[in-house]
Amino acid sequence: MATHHEHDINTTGEIPKPQTKAIWKTFFILVVLTAIEFLFAFTMEAGTLRNAIFIILTIFKAFYIVAEFMHLKHETKSLIWSIVLPLALVIWLMVALIAEGSYYYESITNYFK
Amino acid sequence: MSTSTTLEAPNTGTWDGGNEPLKASYGKLMMWFFLLSDAFTFGAFLITYGVARHAHMPFTGKAADFTFSTEWWPIPEKVFNAFPGLHGMDLPLAFVALMTMILILSSVTMVLAVEAGHRMDKNDVQKWLLWTIFFGATFLGCQAWEWTHFIMGTDEGMLLADGTTYHGANMTFNQYGPPLFANLFFFITGFHGFHVFIGWTLLVIAFISTVNGVYHKRGHYEMVEKIGLYWHFVDLVWVFVFTFFYLI
Repeated sequence: MATHHEHDINTTGEIPKPQTKAIWKTFFILVVLTAIEFLFAFTMEAGTLRNAIFIILTIFKAFYIVAEFMHLKHETKSLIWSIVLPLALVIWLMVALIAEGSYYYESITNYFK
Repeated sequence: MSTSTTLEAPNTGTWDGGNEPLKASYGKLMMWFFLLSDAFTFGAFLITYGVARHAHMPFTGKAADFTFSTEWWPIPEKVFNAFPGLHGMDLPLAFVALMTMILILSSVTMVLAVEAGHRMDKNDVQKWLLWTIFFGATFLGCQAWEWTHFIMGTDEGMLLADGTTYHGANMTFNQYGPPLFANLFFFITGFHGFHVFIGWTLLVIAFISTVNGVYHKRGHYEMVEKIGLYWHFVDLVWVFVFTFFYLI
């Protein structure tokens, strides 16, 4: 919750009923996405396409965990962006270094044979 | 001469600290930015895995003909195919699927504890925290088994040039593939497991405090919420470890 509910600790009144529908819905989505990942793992040949499917499904799962479970979706826009934007640096590092790894492999297989 | 100080009313001006642009408490903000920095650390680990994998030869033949060799990077589902109590059976990724389910379930029980905290429902917070502690401990137990199996190795092992067979794994040599494969397995899943352990310890502390009524007296269950953020992050990291280490 972005804002705190004001609670009076002295109240001995009734405790509100739990609102858990959205939580179980998110859980259901995460389970289904994981099941789809396994389906692809066993029915599809390994390759770039399958890896791309895995990564897209992973990003969907990450979205549901961060947005719903960690409640980021319901925070202010400035907080959302201050968390999401710096992660672009990770993507840049990933692209740069994996290209570097491929180059290294190319080098040792082509130049030293 | 002593001057008496009186408690001042909280500042309300925009530049006096009366402004709360992110509409979140100090503790929660700090947890978010800590998790962001932790995401960089895990990101660096997984990227290192990617680099190491791209710098090694992939296995080019048919998956059915795959054998362990230091020449090429192993196919993960050929490495992680064991299940406790089912010795020698080929069950690719079955155990890791179970671990994933346990961690997702623990995330759900955690968010249910946070929800109960918003309603000031002490009994429900206790109940759901206890479930989260249970699933967390189960996950750690699973990881301990997986590590043991990985270190001890399989009956098959790796046939070396001198005709002997090597079983298991350590930091310098392993039966599954290049040394870096085992090193990265230890570092990535180990660092994640360490996070789970820290989160689990925090949960136990939060559970004791809840039982003692600390948060109820305080008037809010924000501590449960902050630990919850950390716990979900650990689940989030596992989602990525699962994809990049076990699936791809």
